[in-house]
Amino acid sequence: MTVDISQFHQIFFEESFEGLEVMETGLLNLGVGEPDLEAINTIFRAAHSIKGGSATFGFGAISHFTHVQETLLDEMRSGKRLVAHSVVDVLLRGVDGLRAMLSAARDGGRVEEAVIAEIRRELEALQKGNGPAETGGALAPAANTPRPVARTSAPLADWQLSFLPHAHLFGTGNDPVRILRELGTLATCTATVDLNRLPDLETFDPESCYLAWSLRVAGSAEEAKLREIFEWVDQDAEITFARVSEPATMPGFVKLPQAVVEANGAGTVAEPAAAHIAARQTAPPPAANASIRVDIDKVDALINMVGELVITQSMLSQFSGEFDLGALEKLREGLLQLERNTRELQESVMSIRMMPIGVSFNRFPRLVRDLSAKLNKQVELKLSGEHTELDKTVLEKIGDPLVHLVRNALDHGIELPATRLANGKPALGTLELRAYHEGGNIVIEIIDDGAGLNSARILATARDRAIVGADEMLTPEQIHELIFAPGFSTADIVSDVSGRGVGMDVVRRNIKDLGGVVEIASTLGKGSLFRIRLPLTLAILDGQLACVGDQIYIVPIVAIVESLQVEPAALSSITGQHQLYRLRDEYIPIVRLHEAFNVHARTTEIVDGLLIIVEGDGHKVGVFVDELLGQQQVVIKSLQTNFRRVTGVSGATILGDGKVAMIVDIGGLLQLSKLNAHEAKVWQPARRVA
Amino acid sequence: MSPEPTSPQASAAQNVAASGAQFLTFMLSGEEYGVDILRVQEIKGWESATEIPNMPDYIRGVINLRGTIVPIVDLRRRFAMVSTEYTSTTVIIVLMVKSAEGAQRTMGFVVDAVSDVHSVGAAQIKPAPDFGGQIRAECVRGLATVDDKMIILLDIDQLISSDSAFDPTAETRH
Repeated sequence: MTVDISQFHQIFFEESFEGLEVMETGLLNLGVGEPDLEAINTIFRAAHSIKGGSATFGFGAISHFTHVQETLLDEMRSGKRLVAHSVVDVLLRGVDGLRAMLSAARDGGRVEEAVIAEIRRELEALQKGNGPAETGGALAPAANTPRPVARTSAPLADWQLSFLPHAHLFGTGNDPVRILRELGTLATCTATVDLNRLPDLETFDPESCYLAWSLRVAGSAEEAKLREIFEWVDQDAEITFARVSEPATMPGFVKLPQAVVEANGAGTVAEPAAAHIAARQTAPPPAANASIRVDIDKVDALINMVGELVITQSMLSQFSGEFDLGALEKLREGLLQLERNTRELQESVMSIRMMPIGVSFNRFPRLVRDLSAKLNKQVELKLSGEHTELDKTVLEKIGDPLVHLVRNALDHGIELPATRLANGKPALGTLELRAYHEGGNIVIEIIDDGAGLNSARILATARDRAIVGADEMLTPEQIHELIFAPGFSTADIVSDVSGRGVGMDVVRRNIKDLGGVVEIASTLGKGSLFRIRLPLTLAILDGQLACVGDQIYIVPIVAIVESLQVEPAALSSITGQHQLYRLRDEYIPIVRLHEAFNVHARTTEIVDGLLIIVEGDGHKVGVFVDELLGQQQVVIKSLQTNFRRVTGVSGATILGDGKVAMIVDIGGLLQLSKLNAHEAKVWQPARRVA
Repeated sequence: MSPEPTSPQASAAQNVAASGAQFLTFMLSGEEYGVDILRVQEIKGWESATEIPNMPDYIRGVINLRGTIVPIVDLRRRFAMVSTEYTSTTVIIVLMVKSAEGAQRTMGFVVDAVSDVHSVGAAQIKPAPDFGGQIRAECVRGLATVDDKMIILLDIDQLISSDSAFDPTAETRH
């Protein structure tokens, strides 16, 4: 019976990373000097579970590392150590180190041993410097020590234990290896296995325990704790405790695994140890099969809904046998109920993928704390709407753009305390992250009360670089938009602090890839607001159905500015090929969908069809189609699964009648129309304000 | 061999036990072609497909196969044969196609009619001569003779992977 322990690895990693979040949040909220006991306890518990878990799964180095942190926390908990800034800082770095080690263990990568060792040295130095009775001792090197080795200690006499399990020990579900491992976490301990009771192979019963151990445990271990470890087996073994006079000679736990493996070779007594070693050798698969933790309420709701669906189904199936017209009303009722059930079920299933934005917000307290310290700025971070939910995929991808925007706000937005005071603002700057739902979208706002965007300087730089013509007049919004232009570093315009980050064009592109938009509102001297609007999910899209010939296409509603019937007087052309449509102050190029996609249209006369004005890549174009059908939510299906990427098409969907319809990708459509035009000249729509 | 005359299926089963493979054969303009039966996922009647923009004419489009989007290839057009109206025997054979990297794709192939299931021993398969033209020699696994008829055994993986229109990394170009 070999238990494949690696199957639990993923759960262990998920829980450990959650534990790290708890530790980090807890540490950041820890008031200096006024230790909130419950908060410290929470951090301690998180560290303790990580330690226990990593020891169980054979990640000795991680368990060992956590142990040092745990000791520090324990001292804080018992009031032996003051909660100081320096301690919290070191503990936070410890959290970083742990995260790196856990990620490396999960993905089979390598950690930077030097960095980890450095953090451990800091932790140990702290522990030694202020530690009470204990002095940090023989901490084994980070390498794959089979099990954690605790600190040796000092003047107290060592414990001499004898542990003589009865033969039926395995029958009670107890495992001596686990007990010994636990002992190892308590204090340094040396184990000698006694093989005398081992019978000949003929009489060997693999379900009996023949081994006995004599154990030497460092004197620092408390008797109560020692007894607690053996509590479960005191009916199934003979155990004696005694203190010995001479100190331990060989700290470390190295002997034990050898003895166990040896015994394992002779019989099969210590199978768990073998499984444990094997599990460490097979690297866990990288976190490719992502999983999701779902609120139990959501699952319950789902079960209820399926229950209702079953009732509806049985109601409808009554009609299959014999149908008379009198029951028509009931049938209609049943179908309505089915429709409602289906819709609710769909919503409910979608909600399983939904996670609160707080998961992404959680990293910011730390980031703001570190960065403001580095920049010598005083910043208060306010978070609101952490419970606003959005799709897991969107959540994962919005993290980086948010980090860039927050960094920018700290770096270029919020001023130094002295400057702020001089400008009549409080020295403490405010950075606010806010999330809320608005009409099928999630809106995330990053608001700072800093310097704001300096429109005059932005415009001057843009003119210098010929991004904007010398005589072009721009509205304030258009000027703000300029910071999203590629190659337009915010660093040299908005502030003199050298920018470290990725340009704003990347931020905008990332958001756009998610089907979202980003807007700016900024007042010089008052602050800036960045508003990101994202679809709740990538799996569903609001679409406008449009028809060309016998084909139906879906145009994403988010891209549509307006749809209109063509006014012949507003049509004009350039070089006889490019048709333009004058819409209010703008000339908008016309893309004929049937030409771009090479399909038959019912009409090629522009006045017989409709124009859908869409915006893509910052340009407006009029897409010419035969007619518009309804609007509906469509589920996006990939074309790549069984085929390939197709330019101009972002995916496909299945309509109500079971037919497939292509979803138009506006950016790709523009590319296609340029290729079709056989002209290198790229037509830029007018930016000028009349 | 058993003393009584056996049905094609029964003898096929015996041959498989010996060494050969089973092939589903289908008709294209009077010629009989075969594909590895283990790749066949289902056979369904023709239904109109949704066009994919800017594709060669032999890619008829995509259909909805119980929620998955499956591309449809007209084999007559693919092999530049005279294309005819689809009839009541016209079917789509849905096959699992593997790429060189091992990725699996599901695709449908329009053929005139399904014909039979034959088992063909490895020894019965003769290499195909290099005939040039629309179907390259490596797309043909070999030629087999069954009941005095020639069956062209297609290597469907080669047929797809040698065709740039199916390259998953490609971009549409005119």
